[in-house]
Amino acid sequence: MMATVPTEYGMLLAALLFGIGLVGLLVRRNVIFMLMCTEIMLNAAGLAFVVAGSRWHQPDGQIMFIIIVTMAGAEVAVGLALILRFYHLFKTLDADAADTMKG
Amino acid sequence: MLQLLWTVPALPLLGFVLLAAFGGRLPRAGVSVIGAGSVGLSAAVTGLIAWTFVKAPPAGGFSQYLWTWFQVGDLKVDMTLRLDPISLVMILVATGVGFLIHLYSTEYMRDDPDYARFFAYMNLFVAAMLVLVLADNLPMLYLGWEGVGLCSYLLIGFWYDNPDNARAAVKAFLVTRIGDVAMLIGLFVLFFSLETLDLGSIMGRAQAQWTPNSAVAVAATALLLCGALGKSGQLPLQVWLPDAMAGPTPVSALIHAATMVAAGVYLLARTHVLFDLAPAVQHVVALIGAATLLLAGTSALAQRDIKRALAYSTISQLGYMFLALGVGAWSAALFHFMTHAFFKALLFMAAGAIILALHHEQDMFKMGGLRKRLPLVFLTFLAGAMSLAALPLVTAGFYSKDMILWEALSSPKGGVLLWGAGVLGAFITGLYSFRIVFLVFFGEERSHVTARPGMAMMLPLAVLAVLALAGGFVELPGTLGHVTLFSAFMGTHAMEGAPALAEGVQQVLAALLALGGVAVAVVLFVRRPEIVRNWVSTPAGSVLHELCASGWGFDRFYDAVIVRPFVWLASFHREDFMAVVWRAVGGLADGGAAGLSRMQTGRLRLYMAGIVLGAIITVALVVLL
Repeated sequence: MMATVPTEYGMLLAALLFGIGLVGLLVRRNVIFMLMCTEIMLNAAGLAFVVAGSRWHQPDGQIMFIIIVTMAGAEVAVGLALILRFYHLFKTLDADAADTMKG
Repeated sequence: MLQLLWTVPALPLLGFVLLAAFGGRLPRAGVSVIGAGSVGLSAAVTGLIAWTFVKAPPAGGFSQYLWTWFQVGDLKVDMTLRLDPISLVMILVATGVGFLIHLYSTEYMRDDPDYARFFAYMNLFVAAMLVLVLADNLPMLYLGWEGVGLCSYLLIGFWYDNPDNARAAVKAFLVTRIGDVAMLIGLFVLFFSLETLDLGSIMGRAQAQWTPNSAVAVAATALLLCGALGKSGQLPLQVWLPDAMAGPTPVSALIHAATMVAAGVYLLARTHVLFDLAPAVQHVVALIGAATLLLAGTSALAQRDIKRALAYSTISQLGYMFLALGVGAWSAALFHFMTHAFFKALLFMAAGAIILALHHEQDMFKMGGLRKRLPLVFLTFLAGAMSLAALPLVTAGFYSKDMILWEALSSPKGGVLLWGAGVLGAFITGLYSFRIVFLVFFGEERSHVTARPGMAMMLPLAVLAVLALAGGFVELPGTLGHVTLFSAFMGTHAMEGAPALAEGVQQVLAALLALGGVAVAVVLFVRRPEIVRNWVSTPAGSVLHELCASGWGFDRFYDAVIVRPFVWLASFHREDFMAVVWRAVGGLADGGAAGLSRMQTGRLRLYMAGIVLGAIITVALVVLL
């Protein structure tokens, strides 16, 4: 029998990861770092699913994680393409450079 | 054969639908075939129906149930067509004269860019007019009544890029609307009192339930009369008709001379049983008719524009019809309606030929000497003018007008005063109709003829000229042959045993006065034109001339008393309390949108903060509540 990690620990770790990603998203101005922060938040959500799934002995949590990983892959592909176009246009990776919209 | 009755209004309606849907894509020849052909076919069917009907008149008329229009409680309104002598005469004129005018229009409107639209409106008009006269109940009659009003509006404003035409169209619509609203209230009164809207049952129940001159009889007939006054251009709602001449000339001939303006006469003739129960209102009808015929006749004397002169003449002749209705001689009114449709449509179409030949010149003082340039138009116009002036023995107008005058004198509801007004009107009619003839066709040439009318225009003129002269022989007075085909068909009896001597004397008097009018016109407008010129230059003469030329100043009076106060009231209310409220609502939406759109900055991290804040608030609400 494997030693089990208590559910609370897993959930706390997921919340911590999510918080790190969120704060990073809010304070970082480099778009590559912002993309990475969203990845962290996605993985935090995935971790929460897995922990919850093991708590109730259901496979659904792991299935959800596979879906999230697939989606994250697609999202990174689109995100990187956007970042490339962004860099072409503004010659910088600073997200605040794109504030030319005026209402 | 009578079963084909439904096709009479359906064919023009089909023409309208086809032209409205595909008219723009059809070649001109196709539009002409559909536009004139639908009415022509309808006229042919009407001719067959008339033949069958006259050969063996069905007892109590013929009615054809089509479908139930609506049913509310006990009230059931059917789409039922009713054919009886009155409606038969009306549909014969509407389709017959209507077809001739459509044929004429194929040439008159040849170069107009909106050729298909014109024929679509004209076909819709004919369909609405036929619904009006064939209606078996008042709601259906009202449907046709509003339909012809709409088409009149559309066709007066046909050349709508000129603001004057649009203004004339709106004026015609609003003035007739005053009468229409009164008439609608009249329908409610009738329904309230008699609990039916079926024309036949209304007559029967009214005779059974109403006492003569009771309040409800007076109210209902007075309200119906208001509707008729508006539609037929009678005092005090006559002001729209002269301005309605802004439309193309075939429109003036069809709508504002031959058919629609007689709808009021038709309504009163159709409901004559009710008016017999309200002698007070009937007397008012006669007085209005007499006043209108004199007022419009004198106005026609002072017009420069040939179409306006003819328009005032139409009002005046409709006054004769109202005079006849007022003395209870409704079959005489319908007889005059028929002959008037012939000669007035003829006069308008001949005037249209002149206007086209002179490149849209309508001022009679710029015409002259056209007798030699347009001989055929001259002959047909002369036939129409003779019939209008009621020259004795040879014209249709003489017999119909004579019937009215004799009834006005001899009927117990008439009298010497009403007759005197009619006879004086006959003198004025002779004067103004031959004033037009002499100004336009005699004297020296003042303008150049650029185009001659072709077959499609001359044929209707010739047919109507024959009818204007010979159309009266269906009814001859007791002193001259005593033919009573028309009144016998209508089911009224010419007064038997009336003193033939008095009838003969009044005929000779009326004929002499009409001839006198022509003779005076010869003196004033051919031999000694300087008399008029000198007289108009005196102070009194110029005032009188100005008064007549402006139609006795009704336009100015209504402008000062109704239009201006209303416009002032409207502009005053532009800034009332509710306007402030609605403006505040608008301002709030405007300001809110401006404020919210400021948030669209393009700063990704600001958006992110917004999302986080929103999520926190939502979670907090879920957790706390």
